[in-house]
Amino acid sequence: MSQPILELRGVNKSFGPVHVLHDVDFTVRPGEVTALVGDNGAGKSTLVKCIAGIHPTDSGELLFDGEPVTVGSPRDAAALGIEVVYQDLALCDNLDIVDNMFLGRERLRGLTLDDAGMEEAARKVLADLSVRTVKSVRTSVASLSGGQRQTVAIAKAVLWDSRVVLLDEPTAALGVAQTRQVLDLVRRLADNGLGVVLISHNMNDVFEVADTVAALYLGRMAAEVPTADTSRAQVVELITAGRSGDLGIPAPETATV
Amino acid sequence: MSQSTLDYESTVNTEQQSLGKRLFSANTLWTGLVLLVLYAVFSIMRPDAFLTLFTFQTLLIEAAVLLVLTVGMTFVIITSGIDLSVGSVLVFAGVVGAQVMEGMSPGGDATGAGAGVIAVGLLATVAAGAAWGLLNGLLIAKAKIPPLIVTLGSFGAALGAAQLLTGGSDVRTVPAQLRDWLGFGQTAGVPHMVILAAVVALHGAWLLRTTRFGRNNYAIGSNAEAARRVGINVTGHLVATYAYVGALAGLAGFMSLAYFGTTTISGHSTDNLNAIAAVVIGGTSLFGGVGTVLGSVIGVFIPAVLTKGFVVIGVQPYWQPIAVSIVLVAAVWLDQVRRRARNSR
Ligand SMILES: Nc1ncnc2c1ncn2[C@@H]1O[C@H](COP(=O)(O)OP(=O)(O)OP(=O)(O)O)[C@@H](O)[C@H]1O
Ligand SMILES: [Mg+2]
Repeated sequence: MSQPILELRGVNKSFGPVHVLHDVDFTVRPGEVTALVGDNGAGKSTLVKCIAGIHPTDSGELLFDGEPVTVGSPRDAAALGIEVVYQDLALCDNLDIVDNMFLGRERLRGLTLDDAGMEEAARKVLADLSVRTVKSVRTSVASLSGGQRQTVAIAKAVLWDSRVVLLDEPTAALGVAQTRQVLDLVRRLADNGLGVVLISHNMNDVFEVADTVAALYLGRMAAEVPTADTSRAQVVELITAGRSGDLGIPAPETATV
Repeated sequence: MSQSTLDYESTVNTEQQSLGKRLFSANTLWTGLVLLVLYAVFSIMRPDAFLTLFTFQTLLIEAAVLLVLTVGMTFVIITSGIDLSVGSVLVFAGVVGAQVMEGMSPGGDATGAGAGVIAVGLLATVAAGAAWGLLNGLLIAKAKIPPLIVTLGSFGAALGAAQLLTGGSDVRTVPAQLRDWLGFGQTAGVPHMVILAAVVALHGAWLLRTTRFGRNNYAIGSNAEAARRVGINVTGHLVATYAYVGALAGLAGFMSLAYFGTTTISGHSTDNLNAIAAVVIGGTSLFGGVGTVLGSVIGVFIPAVLTKGFVVIGVQPYWQPIAVSIVLVAAVWLDQVRRRARNSR
């Protein structure tokens, strides 16, 4: 098994009195798809936002390439090569596809924006991903369908030399064909050596593309297991009860008092 | 992957189409046409009085101060903010600048002051405006108080502060050289006031259209959370934007000093609304994320042409605010229709 590219150790996160993440350990390996599963409100999106530098963590360690790092802002995360596709899509409706893909990291020529260069690069990325549903890269994002917006968000993440890509429910709003495209894309990213984290509620998707499954239960990491060593029933149990057989969080009666 | 190559090429074609479509559907084009039609109508009705160099020059000069305010207002409204304080900040900055120039002159009479004093006066005026803008920006972006409330407060406070500084009366000694050079000066028939306003507008358009600052301005107005997530310093940007508006209000105050030769304390209570109207008529959305400086420039001249035209054709001037209001409401209505059409797609 390859060395982890991203590792969380004992991460805690509270929003005021609400303790959302409890001592969470989480490992992402290059070349692998890690599925992050858990019920609604388990803390998956929060975990992603902590990695992305949007929420500061209360305690715990983040290691990148085995080195402890601090990610205090989205810029820090981007500098490490961590890209995120957010569940609540973080695109600017009034801007077009190119502008959105380069937002915050525009190419400059002297003082001014290199619009032609950015358009060229955006087109190339979309063509490389064989994105065929988008008519013009100068369409404003507001006029795109949910699936097209998702595609843009993913293309934005691959545009940069990213090493870890976190996708928060990228297929939730998609039709059959577009889900297929996104899953293929997810697999391709991992095959290119990136560490990919896929959040999904869909067990078919998880078992199709993921190498490892990490299950969050009420803000605790119940288990991180290779997909090959587990079954759907087991994962569903981990999601709903936090444990399954000898996997997961110990049952209350056997826990140390 | 021949399929994708094929589609990729058709993408290139749609690009050109959409550019033309974008230009055509751009409301700037329509408001520009409205302005031209208005101008043509008044010119045909009274070619002798309306179609003169003098009328054209005064039209431009009288719009110059408002234009400078409007450039800043465009930036603020695109961030989905608002600045009600521009007119009061203009007055406050003008008072500070005028008093600095008086203070540097023998006997407190700045009429005979030279270039050095005028230069210091300019700096003081712009700095005073920028300081109010900075205060607005900090309260809005850092203390998270809604811009409407913050700038409503500044609207009253800046005027009050100006009156406190002068004891309520206008400062009346303004360097004659400043009035000659900026207030009434011309180069090749183009008034210097107009040149200055044009430079500000061109710079504003450049800043908004082609720089990262401008792009961030659109992004923040469109989706501030998304901007934050890509690492844009939203707070810093908003502070800078309000400071920019304040600095431009200061510059407008200096131009007003040069033109009127006094601080015109009571003459700017509706500048804020005029500037907002111009920006909105020019196609900038009050919901943020959309707008151009060129549109705002056109938006300044539609009311200005109406005013001049009504005077020239002998319509009672009281009709002007009514006409402008109709244009304003129509512009906002059009924006709503566009947004609805877009959202239901
Ligand atoms: N900014 C916030 N402020 C306060 N509480 C928050 C915030 N963000 C998330 N929470 C809380 O943290 C908990 C975990 O939320 P999170 O969005 O991480 O869940 P999730 O696992 O992504 O769920 P879903 O599958 O529905 O997306 C929830 O109880 C939520 O109410
Ligand atoms: Mg979530």
